[in-house]
Amino acid sequence: MRGCGLSRRKVLTVLATLSASSVARADDLEFISFGGLYKSFGVLGYEFADRVRALSGKRVSMAGYMAPPLTAESTFFVLTREPLAICPFCQSDADWPVDILVVYLEQATPLVTAGAKVVVAGELEVGSLADPETGFVSQIRLRHAAYRRA
Amino acid sequence: MRSTSAGIGLLATLIVSPVFAQTIYPLDRAEILVGARFDLKVEFPGSPALSAVSVTIDGESAEKMLGGSVEYVEREDGQDYAAFLIRNAGLTKPGIHTVVAKAGEKTSTVKWELFDTPNGAAAKNVILFIGDGLSVAHRTAARIMSKGLVEGRYGGELAIDDMPQMALVSTSGTDSVVTDSANAMSAYATGHKTCVNAMGIYCSRAKGNLSHPKVETLGELVKRKRGLAVGVVTNTEIEDATPAGMVAHTRRRADYNDIVKMFHDVKPDIIMGGGSPNFLPKSTPGSKRADEENFVEKFKADGYTFVSTASEMSAAATAGKTKMLGLFNTSNVDGAYDRKFGKGATSKFPDQPDLVDQTKVAIEALAKNENGFMLMVESGRIDKYAHSLDWERSVYDTIMLDNAVKAAKDFAGKRNDTLVIVVPDHAHMVGILGTYDEDLPGGSPREKLGVYEKSKFPQYRPDKDGYPESIDLKQRLAFTFGSYPDHCFDARPHLEGEFVPAVAGPEKGTYVANETACSNTSVRVTGNLPREANTGVHAADDVVLTAMGPGAEAFRGRIDNTRVFRVIATALGLGRE
Repeated sequence: MRGCGLSRRKVLTVLATLSASSVARADDLEFISFGGLYKSFGVLGYEFADRVRALSGKRVSMAGYMAPPLTAESTFFVLTREPLAICPFCQSDADWPVDILVVYLEQATPLVTAGAKVVVAGELEVGSLADPETGFVSQIRLRHAAYRRA
Repeated sequence: MRSTSAGIGLLATLIVSPVFAQTIYPLDRAEILVGARFDLKVEFPGSPALSAVSVTIDGESAEKMLGGSVEYVEREDGQDYAAFLIRNAGLTKPGIHTVVAKAGEKTSTVKWELFDTPNGAAAKNVILFIGDGLSVAHRTAARIMSKGLVEGRYGGELAIDDMPQMALVSTSGTDSVVTDSANAMSAYATGHKTCVNAMGIYCSRAKGNLSHPKVETLGELVKRKRGLAVGVVTNTEIEDATPAGMVAHTRRRADYNDIVKMFHDVKPDIIMGGGSPNFLPKSTPGSKRADEENFVEKFKADGYTFVSTASEMSAAATAGKTKMLGLFNTSNVDGAYDRKFGKGATSKFPDQPDLVDQTKVAIEALAKNENGFMLMVESGRIDKYAHSLDWERSVYDTIMLDNAVKAAKDFAGKRNDTLVIVVPDHAHMVGILGTYDEDLPGGSPREKLGVYEKSKFPQYRPDKDGYPESIDLKQRLAFTFGSYPDHCFDARPHLEGEFVPAVAGPEKGTYVANETACSNTSVRVTGNLPREANTGVHAADDVVLTAMGPGAEAFRGRIDNTRVFRVIATALGLGRE
């Protein structure tokens, strides 16, 4: 993917707007864009970018849209590149995009909806995992995360 | 319900159990092909013992008539009824059969019509085209945009129109007036109606999605009875309802992983579409599976050539391959508009095939089977773009369907052994109201609308394939939708990407207008659908079927959607042993 230089920059500007919370120390965090997640993207699956693999286990930040959550307050939501019009958990013919990020929040938090853009900071985890409660399978996650509206 | 003069025993039963009579599946008035497999299920309320119930067909025990053994489940899934099941049964005698289920004083009766195909095989091959959601206005718009309209006369005929037989098809299912693509395709593929979200089953009271009484699909039937080659070709995800209907038995169309397994169980020779993630083991980034099964590798091990691009597909065809798994996108294959103008996901998947090329490759491969073939081709995004109120993209994919049908007619026209059917699965509420004219004064859509004598013939300038070179004309069709969520409407084409009319609202499960579509030239349209709807919805209107080739003459007047299966079964002589 192009645009690596852009995504590599530290996101002082975005995260400066965050209030005092675990997200606020984001000035030290590397920012990963959705466009920078993968180095190849094909029918037989994706390969994560080398930079993403290298950042696994470290705290990073990402910006995207919160998919309509299952409950108003939760420790779990899905971050998408574009706003989702549908709740993938609730509709039978949901068209769930593949490039998504699962966010596990540090604590149960009221979740913003209406396609709000959010910035999330958390510990990056790469690898296949089925959520023990919902069975939802993800390949990349942020743990111990917090978010703010962008 | 039965008579209210029943005795105390019945009243006692009614008090302790939900009020419903025995339900017999297949339901009353089912049309069943002789020899086709189905599960008989009867649900006895109040969960009586097996010794207290009887199920007969034409006065004989069902067990004897169907030649299977009875499974009897008291309190199925913990519910207050007993399930009487004979699986994988079949009847061979044509005519009306009367099925009676008794428990004490309560009796339920249904009649089935067993139909034979006495004249043998009139057709060697069947090509069934499904225009998903294809409605009359899509057809008219496709004709105006690809053939031109001058002084009230068209510059040519669509291939889908230019066929000798035509019929009106009614699409309602067993549960509702308005159907969905699963239920609708199931009627074509099994000859039985079912309910919304279901395929290849009757919707019983069982709780498991895979536990309902099954009926045999065309994919299974034509292989088992005739040794035909089978092709399932679409531009949606291959697991989506229409392609899945050829092989699947499930109460829930969204269970894609189950459906991938069903494709693998039936093994159509040609399988092409999008939706690769459900084929990949969960450890592969991009997978949507919950296990480590790798269905791409399984199909390869079974002799399939796997192709993921148009070039690979052509190469496989040139090499004479007869078994192909083609997965060209992780989601739906991009529509004709987005591929022509390089939008959608074409930057990620730059070499996706056109449905026309998929159709040609499929026909060439399947025709190598000396017993003949059954090919289903779906133009699936006509419907998806109609849901998103993006009519130009729907019409581009209607033109694509037309081109694919032309390719099939070119094949069928050289021989007299191929039945070609073009049919929508359900309608959308769409219509052509007139034209929008940028030269009319005023800024709002209604001021730019020309109706009656002000709806001048637009000039869409089709390319060699019939696709307009531009949709961004000063004067263009006013194509309207009859059902919609809250949205902003500017009467302009969505050049850069598919329209997203509504997004999730602040209240859980409800949707509001997508503000990114709102501007000073748009108007806010209050939705006429429940607030839980985020797109337009299907309509119950009848749809137009056209057909040609041996057996097609049976299509005339108004028919139920199940009749399409019956005509196919009759043309292929599937009743014969």
